[in-house]
Amino acid sequence: MTDWPLLSITTFLPLLGAAFILTIRGEEAAVARNARNVALLTSLATFLVSLLVWANFNPASADFQLVDQARWLPGFDINYKMGVDGISVLFVLLSTFLTPICILSAWEAVQKRVKEYMIAFLVLETMMVGMFSSLDLVLFYMFFEGVLIPMFVIIGVWGGPRRVYAAFKFFLYTLLGSVLMLLAILAMYHDAHTTDIQVLMTHSFPRAMQTWLWLAFFASFAVKVPMWPVHTWLPDAHVEAPTAGSVILAGVLLKMGGYGFLRFSLPMFPLASHDLAGVVFTLSIIAVIYTSLVALVQQDMKKLIAYSSVAHMGLVTIGVFTFNMHGIEGSIFQMLSHGVVSAALFLCVGVVYDRLHTREIARYGGLAKNMPAYALVFMFFTMASVGLPGTSGFVGEFLVLMGAFEANTWVALFAATGLILGAAYMLYLYRRVVFGKLTKDDVKAMLDLNRREVLMFVPLIVMVVWLGVYPTTFLQPLHASVTKLINDYQLALSAAKTVSVAVR
Amino acid sequence: MSEFPNLVPALPELFMAGSALVLLLVGVFAKKDLTAGLSALAVFVMIVACALVPAAGAAHAVTFSGLFVVDGFTVFTKLLVLVAAAFALAMSVNWLHKERAERFEYPVLVLFATIGMMMMISANNMISLYLGLELQSLSLYVLAAFQRDNAKASEAGLKYFILGSLASGMLLYGASLVYGFAGSIGFDDLAHAFAHGAPIGVVVGVVFILTAMAFKISAVPFHMWTPDVYEGAPTPVTSFFAVAPKVAAFSLLVRLLIGPFGELVQQWQQVVIFISIASMLIGAFAAINQKNIKRLMAYSSIGHVGYALMGLAAGDEAGIRGVLIYLSIYLFMNVGTFAVILSMRHKGRAMENISDLAGLSKTHPAMALWMMVFMFSMAGVPPLAGFWGKFYVFMAAIDKGLITLAIIGVLTSVVGAFYYLRIIKVMYFDETVEVLDRGVGAGLGVIMAVNALLILAFSFVPMPLISSAGAAAAALFRG
Repeated sequence: MTDWPLLSITTFLPLLGAAFILTIRGEEAAVARNARNVALLTSLATFLVSLLVWANFNPASADFQLVDQARWLPGFDINYKMGVDGISVLFVLLSTFLTPICILSAWEAVQKRVKEYMIAFLVLETMMVGMFSSLDLVLFYMFFEGVLIPMFVIIGVWGGPRRVYAAFKFFLYTLLGSVLMLLAILAMYHDAHTTDIQVLMTHSFPRAMQTWLWLAFFASFAVKVPMWPVHTWLPDAHVEAPTAGSVILAGVLLKMGGYGFLRFSLPMFPLASHDLAGVVFTLSIIAVIYTSLVALVQQDMKKLIAYSSVAHMGLVTIGVFTFNMHGIEGSIFQMLSHGVVSAALFLCVGVVYDRLHTREIARYGGLAKNMPAYALVFMFFTMASVGLPGTSGFVGEFLVLMGAFEANTWVALFAATGLILGAAYMLYLYRRVVFGKLTKDDVKAMLDLNRREVLMFVPLIVMVVWLGVYPTTFLQPLHASVTKLINDYQLALSAAKTVSVAVR
Repeated sequence: MSEFPNLVPALPELFMAGSALVLLLVGVFAKKDLTAGLSALAVFVMIVACALVPAAGAAHAVTFSGLFVVDGFTVFTKLLVLVAAAFALAMSVNWLHKERAERFEYPVLVLFATIGMMMMISANNMISLYLGLELQSLSLYVLAAFQRDNAKASEAGLKYFILGSLASGMLLYGASLVYGFAGSIGFDDLAHAFAHGAPIGVVVGVVFILTAMAFKISAVPFHMWTPDVYEGAPTPVTSFFAVAPKVAAFSLLVRLLIGPFGELVQQWQQVVIFISIASMLIGAFAAINQKNIKRLMAYSSIGHVGYALMGLAAGDEAGIRGVLIYLSIYLFMNVGTFAVILSMRHKGRAMENISDLAGLSKTHPAMALWMMVFMFSMAGVPPLAGFWGKFYVFMAAIDKGLITLAIIGVLTSVVGAFYYLRIIKVMYFDETVEVLDRGVGAGLGVIMAVNALLILAFSFVPMPLISSAGAAAAALFRG
């Protein structure tokens, strides 16, 4: 079984489904029904294949596994190469896990151009999985940028009133960041004569060059994460995107930045990462505190959660640049947790939005009375977002704070402040939406969760509890890869020190 | 009495010239209008020429006393020119019929222009260069003003003629300066003439020649004619202008700079870098406010020329390979886009405004999808082919240490992305205002689909194009 190219199958299976949907013809209602079914089945099948990847993955090894490769560009050492290590395998699973839920969430909410919608989501899934599992920089870049196309269409076609503005902002911001990364990739090829990620990890770039390359990659990943001050596209994109678009944006696309830091910045430019960690810390702390404060005053539910995402991702970037075991494992865990929890929160917003067609917090109130099941689910994810022990949020935040404390006490202090603010804005949101008197007539008429919605939330709840109660399942495969990452980083640093001493 | 020249290397051109004359005679003496039939025949002639070109240029060969050269490089670019011309001609027939502008001279003129381009590509001497260039240009001037009752088209033709003549004059002046100072006009002789530096007169001459060529490829600051001619000329003619003459002039420019003036890299490189940067900037910023899609395509082509020039600025084999890959991909994107533009008709009238595409994704889903592919590709978003065109020229520029040029290039590509996205926005996000006519020629639909699928598939099978472009670039440097 292991000699199957499992990763390539996981990557391109959704594309096959999209091609199939493209050929569906007939009456509009029938086409929509078939497109939904095909998309759901394809994404479920993809998830099953990705579970096979997980089953065949050896967590004890730090190597890239399930590698399959083929010749790609003639005359260059640029090849089609896929493989996963302990870090990326989790993100592949996260992507394949969230896509069926997204498709399910759009079942009734999306009524116009269903066929195109489903195609866009399946193409998006291909791009996401391909990005997390590519072992060649150019291949990675192709998937990384390719994500923009379906996302642009999803926001622009099915989004809210200011969707055009949001879609353009999203596209151009991200493109501006990543074209600089493209130049850095070409410069790396010029220096190392290959774009094989495994080889590049062992290649040591000259120190001055590392700084420039690091900055170019930073331009791209900082926009993606997003870090303050280039985060402004995110609230717009989130508010205007359809529910499922927000879910995938918060759940997976934001993780591309954090993943990029771990996969490229740290192992390939260790010296620059060491030198510039202070910059990242400063920006992250500003992000954590400033965006939490901004979240407190939001009137729009989605915007509030969007700002909370920026704050949570600030913790992730702090964790990555602590360069210690706790910090890095914590940041990866935090990304997984945030992927599930923020996705769930956007779904929660989507549920009430489908009923009342507004995201304004003041329009709601007292939902606990007529939607008890919804209130329970929303409460659960609010607590997970706040980081209640026993939920996934706690493990990630705790590990990151521990790592930050080992690296720099001040950073830990400020980061912890963010957590308190986080509890404040989430609980404040929950109080305004769910508690209080049920006065408005249209809110009174809202029905509780239906079966499809329950089905949508159950896997997310299971995941949050699993991540929170027994994190070992996910930390264990990480361990070997992260250990190797840190060892390599320390080796590169000490090597550079010896050189500078010798020069002196 | 000199020996009779070897005709084999020039076989495709001779065949086409003979065919063009026959078509002309048939057209003149026919009782009724034969435009459609002659166009089909002309396309057929081009297809046959496509088959002849590789055979005639299998190995490096020089004939007509050193005036005419064929090698791997000429084969590659001639194929591009022929494919572009054949597509353009095939797309015209339907349009000419609908606009009642059928005249049998049209396919004949396109054929003559194409022969001129192939002469340019194979030129190995300033004289044969000039002959090819003029044969091409004179045919194009007439084509631009082909709708002679249309004031805009006449204006376009006249403008093109005056500015084109000026450029030709500069070329001649430059060539005579080079001759005066170097003592030769043969490319092979010139290639070895400047090993120990060049007199200032030659440098001035090269700059004049560069100016003329910049005019032909519509590079900034000699681009002013482009938007007006693109807008004024009949749309099928614009679609012809957009690709084939550019490929030919580019190929000529590459041969000039790498061959006879190859030893003057230091001197011409800075000029090319300047032209490249200026073209990318104007192409990106001036296009933002355009309402007419043909004008937009004009600025877009200026921008694309800037990117391709980046490969030339690198001045090595990798750079030329980048140029060739860029031009090939540019061809498919442009042909496809113009197929869409030619399909834009409302109640039988041709439409040219971007806003006329509003809501296209609802009324013509397939056409909108293909157009989206072309626009994302032109913006250079992977995994579409347009990205790879940029990838290779940027790679060449970075390898040569032209970092500033590359950075300006990627930044303007983001600006450029804005206006390509705007077209997608109009098609997909806006509501339909006027429903464009359906069934405007199945042929156009097929051309769109073929080009879009090629662009989509390129990432999966990049091998054929990249290998052959590499071989063509290598042939240029060997010869």
